[in-house]
Amino acid sequence: MNLRLPSKVLEHIISFIDSNEDRNSVSLVCKSWFETERKTRKRVFVGNCYAITPAAVARRFPEMRSLTLKGKPHFADYNLVPDGWGGYAWPWIEAMAKKSPSLEEIRLKRMVVTDECLELIAASFKDFKVLVLTSCEGFSTDGIAAIAATCRNLRVLELRECIVEDLGGDWLSYFPETSTSLVSLDFSCLDSEVKLSDLERLVSRSPDLKSLKLNPAVTVDGLESLLRRAPQLTELGTGSFSAELKPEAFSKLSEAFTNCKQLKCLSGLWDVLPEYLPALYSVCPGLTSLNLSYATVRMPDLVELLRRCSKLQKLWVMDLIEDKGLETVASCCKELRELRVFPSVPDLDATNVALTEQGLVFVSQGCPKLESVLYFCVQFTNAALITIARNRPNIKCFRLCVIEPFAPDYKTNEPLDKGFKAIAERCKYLQRLSVSGLLTDKAFKYIAKHAKKVRMLSVAFAGDSDLMLHHLLSGCESLKKLEIRDCPFGDTALLENASKLETMRSLWLSSCFVSFGACKLLSQKMPRLNVEVIDEHPPETRPESSPVERIYIYRTVAGPRLDMPEFVWTIHKNPEIGVSHLAIK
Amino acid sequence: MSLEEELQSNVSVASSSPTSNCISRNNTSGGLKEHNYLGLSDCSSVGSSTLSGLAEDDKATISLKATELTLGLPGSQSPVRDTDLNLLSPVKLDEKPFFPLLPTKDEICSSSQKNIGSGNKRGFSDTMDQFAEAKSSVYTEKNWMFPEAAATQSVTKKDMPQNIPKGQSSTTNNSSSPPAAKAQIVGWPPVRSYRKNTLATTCKNSDEVDGRPGSGALFVKVSMDGAPYLRKVDLRSYTNYGELSSALEKMFTTFTLGQCGSNGGTGKDILSETKLKDLLNGKDYVLTYEDKDGDWMLVGDVPWEMFIDVCKKLKIMKGCDAIGLAAAPRAMEKSKMRA
Repeated sequence: MNLRLPSKVLEHIISFIDSNEDRNSVSLVCKSWFETERKTRKRVFVGNCYAITPAAVARRFPEMRSLTLKGKPHFADYNLVPDGWGGYAWPWIEAMAKKSPSLEEIRLKRMVVTDECLELIAASFKDFKVLVLTSCEGFSTDGIAAIAATCRNLRVLELRECIVEDLGGDWLSYFPETSTSLVSLDFSCLDSEVKLSDLERLVSRSPDLKSLKLNPAVTVDGLESLLRRAPQLTELGTGSFSAELKPEAFSKLSEAFTNCKQLKCLSGLWDVLPEYLPALYSVCPGLTSLNLSYATVRMPDLVELLRRCSKLQKLWVMDLIEDKGLETVASCCKELRELRVFPSVPDLDATNVALTEQGLVFVSQGCPKLESVLYFCVQFTNAALITIARNRPNIKCFRLCVIEPFAPDYKTNEPLDKGFKAIAERCKYLQRLSVSGLLTDKAFKYIAKHAKKVRMLSVAFAGDSDLMLHHLLSGCESLKKLEIRDCPFGDTALLENASKLETMRSLWLSSCFVSFGACKLLSQKMPRLNVEVIDEHPPETRPESSPVERIYIYRTVAGPRLDMPEFVWTIHKNPEIGVSHLAIK
Repeated sequence: MSLEEELQSNVSVASSSPTSNCISRNNTSGGLKEHNYLGLSDCSSVGSSTLSGLAEDDKATISLKATELTLGLPGSQSPVRDTDLNLLSPVKLDEKPFFPLLPTKDEICSSSQKNIGSGNKRGFSDTMDQFAEAKSSVYTEKNWMFPEAAATQSVTKKDMPQNIPKGQSSTTNNSSSPPAAKAQIVGWPPVRSYRKNTLATTCKNSDEVDGRPGSGALFVKVSMDGAPYLRKVDLRSYTNYGELSSALEKMFTTFTLGQCGSNGGTGKDILSETKLKDLLNGKDYVLTYEDKDGDWMLVGDVPWEMFIDVCKKLKIMKGCDAIGLAAAPRAMEKSKMRA
């Protein structure tokens, strides 16, 4: 007997499922579930814009209202991907403009977005509401102006750490006087000054505005005026606080902050002079998120601020906080869930700052809810890692960057294998891990065995041999993204574990010893992977055995991409190169 | 044939052989070869012939080889750096040398600053590994045992102008005087260029102006000729030159300040003039430091307490280069002036 739910009922049930992972599972049950699910999915996430064609996405999800796309590989953030590699938003926008005109939300990360894209968005999607661009580039303030001018119901416009050609602050004045729907505006990455009066009027006529992130060109006076008009803000990115403090300005500012009783998130604070900090004291007790990672404030001032933030859940700060400051955080911020400590001097000449592994140990001891860590430190010890793991088995994201490559445990001179073993073993919910310091193949054996839930793993300057990669690719059951640089393995492990690669989103390898021949072979064996060799010197002019500079491998149903620059090679480019000469069983 | 081509090779060596033949001949567990840090394997099939073949290639030209499609195992016919493989001296195979340096009479490579991550445009020359550049010269001078990895990135010409990269804080850039082997690595530490750029424009010289934290650690950079990486040591964690010396010795295996501790340790902090001369003549490397005045002095000239007060940087120099440096009299002069 055929028990089947009527499709309307099924639709109704499935409409309660928000998580895309769950929806993906639902769609695998049977054809009718697949059909029902796809017709009800509103929020579509594509983790790799080359994994599928825009047309296929539009076809599959006719009710799509929100599209999130990611383009370049993560290591592009660190200049490891040359310009022109790809990640163009245009084909997606073009396709959606034709096939999904009801699209309301577009979120892009690490993609190349041009003014034409932005203009097309503005022109095509009648009810466009949300545009969030993170780490994108390729557009100018003219494109932003087009969005501001045309999208009548725009609610969210956020430019997060984008590289924008700044043609001036006029773009803001393009928001029509009738536009009153703004909920979130983030232009912190733009340089030019916007007209304060335009901004004031915009803020005044946007009663739903909850999040406002200003650029450094906005002065203290400007900030004060804006806060007065928007005391309902829950998220604020300040302008700059580096002008000399005038007493009257200070008290007005303090008062403005005091009136922002709903402020939860505070950021910006570029170069803030310590004298301004007391103006923030009134909002500290309510803050759940504080981003001081651009604030060059030093210790005693930092502590004064932090010890008032008893509800803090997320803290981003520079290493100027020192161990002492973290000790204070450990004792005052008991709700802390996420800690990121950035280097104040982000190069190999890390300076004499008193931030050591002890700081993180303090926080791991004092903050029971700590689950996400990003920590830059000059050197580390196994003992500290083991202690941290023991204290905080609930850690889900652990990214440790020991700034000095190959730095061993500086007390025992041993590799950090034991420390990371403890992390992998004890933190059973670990989803993201970045390792650093001196590590042997053993470390990866431990990680592969214990880190069952790790989805993203970053490795640099580590390991001894192919074993390390073999461990990772044959273990790490949940691995989806693996990125490795400067490790001494060759072809063997990669080729032996080729099938693993189809279960992952992507694999990035740079400055390792994988040969061109291996890349060809992998391409031949695994037609559903795109194996991209990114190399300045065309690899086909070199012997097969020569190692290539960078390899980016990702699964795809879209086939070869058509927008590859010269320095990217895939087997589809020169099929006449033919079969690899490397013999393999 | 350009240096970069030469270096850009195929030092996949025996370790990257995809042939299972090779694998099966090995008896390491898991069926995969265990390689030592340098990528040498025990695989007999590839072993000697490959290595000796490689060792013989001196300045192998790539042009011929580049056009060959070769059968066989990687590395067997590849042009190679006349480097690490030669360095696979019996001594070091089991050890993991962190900064394994062999004495050499070759030049120090002076690394030049390069615009890393400034602005939007990142061509290959921007993404190239400056670190590799530093190391590459080191490689040809048979000075460096290090993963060949970075050398596979393209290397640009050596004479890049000494730009202070926009993306870098200007505070701690070396002044050009001593040729410190300070190399920067592309994309390391992994900090977004957006952040680097922002910090560069906003960060003042706060670090140097404020000086060192009082009671905390006193880190100074230690560089060594030919070493592409700097290390840092906390001077406050030692109480005399002997301790510092042995710590550095551990870090830089062939380093010798020598006589300080092992020489019938009298506990004297001040090295005598004769000992200095012994050092200079007898050993390959000496330890020098840059003091508050920016002068480079030989370590050991002044009392320890004074030393940690004035020392800003340490540098392990080749003996021959250090000859001109502060001989004891001048150092004593200075210390008298300070006292």
